[in-house]
Amino acid sequence: MDMKNCRTAYGETLVKLGAENKNIVVLEADLGKSTMSILFGNKYPERYFQVGIAEQNMASVAAGLALEGKTAFINSFAVFTPGRAYDQIRSSVCIPNLNVMICGSSAGLSDYGDGKTHQSVDDIAITRVLPHMTVLSPVDAVETEQMVKAMCQNKGPCYIRINRNDLPVFTDPKEEYHIGKMSRIRDGKDVVVFATGVMVSQAVKAAELMDKEGVSVRVVNISTIKPLDIQALKNHCQGMKGVVTAEEHSIYGGLGSAVCEALSAERLPVRILGIEDSFGRSAENYELLLKRYHLMPEDIAEKIKLVLND
Amino acid sequence: MAYLISDLEEVRRRAIDIRADILEMIPAGKAGHLGGSCSAADITAALYFKHMNVFDDPKDPRRDRCIFSKGHAVLAQYACFVELGYVDRSELAKVKTIEGILQGHPDMDLTPGIEAVTGSLGQGLSISLGMALGLKLNDSSSRVYAVVGDGELSEGQIWEAAMAASVYKADNLCAIIDYNLVQATDTTEKVFPILDIKDKWAAFGWHVIEIDGHDIEQILTALDKAREIKGKPTAILAHTVKGKGFSFAEGSAKYHNASMTEDEYRQALAAIEQMRMEV
Repeated sequence: MDMKNCRTAYGETLVKLGAENKNIVVLEADLGKSTMSILFGNKYPERYFQVGIAEQNMASVAAGLALEGKTAFINSFAVFTPGRAYDQIRSSVCIPNLNVMICGSSAGLSDYGDGKTHQSVDDIAITRVLPHMTVLSPVDAVETEQMVKAMCQNKGPCYIRINRNDLPVFTDPKEEYHIGKMSRIRDGKDVVVFATGVMVSQAVKAAELMDKEGVSVRVVNISTIKPLDIQALKNHCQGMKGVVTAEEHSIYGGLGSAVCEALSAERLPVRILGIEDSFGRSAENYELLLKRYHLMPEDIAEKIKLVLND
Repeated sequence: MAYLISDLEEVRRRAIDIRADILEMIPAGKAGHLGGSCSAADITAALYFKHMNVFDDPKDPRRDRCIFSKGHAVLAQYACFVELGYVDRSELAKVKTIEGILQGHPDMDLTPGIEAVTGSLGQGLSISLGMALGLKLNDSSSRVYAVVGDGELSEGQIWEAAMAASVYKADNLCAIIDYNLVQATDTTEKVFPILDIKDKWAAFGWHVIEIDGHDIEQILTALDKAREIKGKPTAILAHTVKGKGFSFAEGSAKYHNASMTEDEYRQALAAIEQMRMEV
């Protein structure tokens, strides 16, 4: 499968949008080479604000720029924005519903070498809980590009969660994208797996494993975690025996929670797969962490079997 | 520029009106941030009624921006908004009520004239810097004034903003530090003494002017000077008295956020009358 990097797609899309829209400004806290916001800075230095290693100031300065009509992108690792700048995002940005776009790069466990201080297992939870906030979690580089374009049309703050590693491409660039869209990656009739980010490809592999056991699994990419399209979600559940959610995030407050909240009045068993109330750790490669935290196709297959017996 | 006596008296009268309006907002028995609003009252009067470009439309793009980073002192701004016609006088009695538009801390969506959301301390200077940078990108000559508390200076974000403002040569930004020496719990000396405040701002790359924050002429002269300083932001270190104007509240942490007794309220009303006679 074609592998592409979401960070690169993010930075290149900012550059493209910057040419058309002079109101786009980008702020960075000394991780521009990682987040790839530096591509924008190289092209439009007058609209690129390096604030030093100061994420809190970055978030509030972005609010001020948005108050003067700018669409401000702030960038860092997800643990630092939104993590470190949570109150600034809450108070300076979300309460007044400003056009500040928050890029949480190296999200989830994807910064495998750096360990638990640099791995975000809670970023969806802390952004999803904020009124006015949109929460996006792209499945691949193509969708990342579509999302960044859509973010500039969207009103109010938006969080985008970006994986550090190359990911397989599922999205057809010719298909129209809008915020809120969920996409069926693979059809099936027994169990539906709602997955986000890197877990979409893991879920597709899990579905292939289940084929061999005679269980037919549908896989749906939920890349807009908030606002969740509840009607589309329920439609995907029609006729299913159970639901499994899969995310590279804590089992608390993320996609699994969002799906359970949406389906709370339905008589349908749901199993949540995610990181079980734990921080991450360092590893030689990403796959080792996905194994360690039970985020592999086999783990999803296990949940599918459990939900069938619920 | 030199000011006419009549100009200065006009601003002094406005500052008394602000204090009188604050009493209308927080009558006896109703809690409110009396101390910090009154220490900033003269600065606020000088900004809104003399120095800043203000218009009938609170969103006129040509306006200068004023952000209270010490958002709890917003009562002083509300008084100005009534005088400027942004807010109806009847709202003053409804401050901090469920049907009112005047919130406990600045809310730009509910209150015309409020520029940003502040109240979580330390953020207003950063927001002001973002506005200053945005105004420069938009080729606007409007200026941004951030009123900052001295207790608030213990927030690390203030110094992040201070560094960034000098890196970006934000000479359209002016911070006014309401140096009243008292914070929520007690005096800054007892709670958290910050040494060499003037030197700190200078070391962070700001032009610093030290004044008596209750002397209208000094305030206006410092604001004029700040407008002339190019290539760096200006910090006006304004020595003030918490609760200024009301003897029972002056220099006291008790009135950081408290309600007056009936007796204190009568004293406060009498103090307003006295101030009006003296101008």
